[in-house]
Amino acid sequence: MTARTWKRLFLAATLVALGATAVFALWVTPPREEQGFEAVRLLYLHVPCAWVAYLAFGITAFASLLWLVPRTRSATWDLLAGASAEVGVVFTGLMLVVGSLWARPTWGTWWEWDARLTTTAILFFLYLGYLALRRTGATAAERGKRCAIAALIAFADVPIVHFSVTWWQTLHQQGTVFNPQLDVKIDGSMAFTLVLAVAAFTMLYGYLVLERFELAQLEEGREERELQHAIAERVRAERSEQVVPA
Amino acid sequence: MLVAGKDLRIERRSRVALQQIVPFGGIVVLVFAFALDSDRTLLSRAAPGLFWAAVLLAMILAIGRSFAVEEANRARDGLRLSGLDGGAIFLGKAAAVAAELLVLEVVVGIAVVVMYDVTLRGALVLVCAGIAATVGLAATGTVYGVLAGGLRARETLVPLLVLPAVMPVMLGATRSFQAALDGAPGDAWPWVQLLVAFAVLIVAAGTVAFGPLLEEA
Repeated sequence: MTARTWKRLFLAATLVALGATAVFALWVTPPREEQGFEAVRLLYLHVPCAWVAYLAFGITAFASLLWLVPRTRSATWDLLAGASAEVGVVFTGLMLVVGSLWARPTWGTWWEWDARLTTTAILFFLYLGYLALRRTGATAAERGKRCAIAALIAFADVPIVHFSVTWWQTLHQQGTVFNPQLDVKIDGSMAFTLVLAVAAFTMLYGYLVLERFELAQLEEGREERELQHAIAERVRAERSEQVVPA
Repeated sequence: MLVAGKDLRIERRSRVALQQIVPFGGIVVLVFAFALDSDRTLLSRAAPGLFWAAVLLAMILAIGRSFAVEEANRARDGLRLSGLDGGAIFLGKAAAVAAELLVLEVVVGIAVVVMYDVTLRGALVLVCAGIAATVGLAATGTVYGVLAGGLRARETLVPLLVLPAVMPVMLGATRSFQAALDGAPGDAWPWVQLLVAFAVLIVAAGTVAFGPLLEEA
């Protein structure tokens, strides 16, 4: 089987897993009173998004590190870091939106200055900045080092941000309005659905990163080919110039 | 030191920071007063946060200026050829930015005290937190300044990169100022420690990363 067939199969499996998650999340699992009745179903979207986002940023940092170590340096890691960060930002955004939708009926507010929420929002902007840095039109070699270092600084900044925000909340708003306890006596079907959702979203993440990575490789290749083309053209032109005076 | 001297000398001769960035900080103080409808109690309560927000915004300009100086006449190449260690260049540039920020903070601070009706208390905390936060801000700004150096959209990219990264500084500085002004300097020390830790980490990271980044750009 070719790589392409494998990829199609993987996509099919991902879609099946996502479909199964939707069925379980929407019809099989029970509504929960303390989690906003029917709104609890949003958690099957929210939790896997959060997982995928952290996974994606972790992989971005890891790939950036591999790029920086001279022995493992290759353009692959740079492109992988970029692809992963892009998917991660999308899922972070989705997580914030879905969380907000869930919070409104459950907590009675769209947003709460809770440590986890605030950290996530800052995380979102940190990686938006990273993506913006990637898009500034520098050459691949220039981009690699800047982006790898930026990714590592962003990754190191996240725990500090989280720490300071947690501190801020504990020092200044003792006992916030809510205390999300996702592990309240969870129903069997709910736990299964959550695991299924996380698995399905991880597959989706893998597929999206793969697609994005291949696209990035093609983009790089295009520049290379254009350069080769231009050089060949130039050589031909110079040759014909030499021929004419002779 | 040499690099810091150079940047400050340029500043002394051009006076961009003094004549443009410091007044900018001042006008931000006015903007906040308009935004909050000159409500005295509200303004004096929010003063620490507004002060640091004004400093943060002005810092963006200072960073832009610090690297615009290197863009002109390809001065960056001169720095690279100077034979100075990358880490030393980083420390020099960050020190110059920090010095400019300190001047700015004094001026903006006076404006805030006068206009927002603030009673100064806990001077020791204010000074320690102010210095630690300034070092953290200047160092972070300098790292991202060189990261974005020479790129097309540098001016717009730097704020997007720097602002989320310095949120811990903003929080720590605001909280410690708040505690000092509330007359509870004891509550401020954990935050001052956070500020110092942040400053140490970012200065270390910048010293290591600056050389390769300058080489690249």
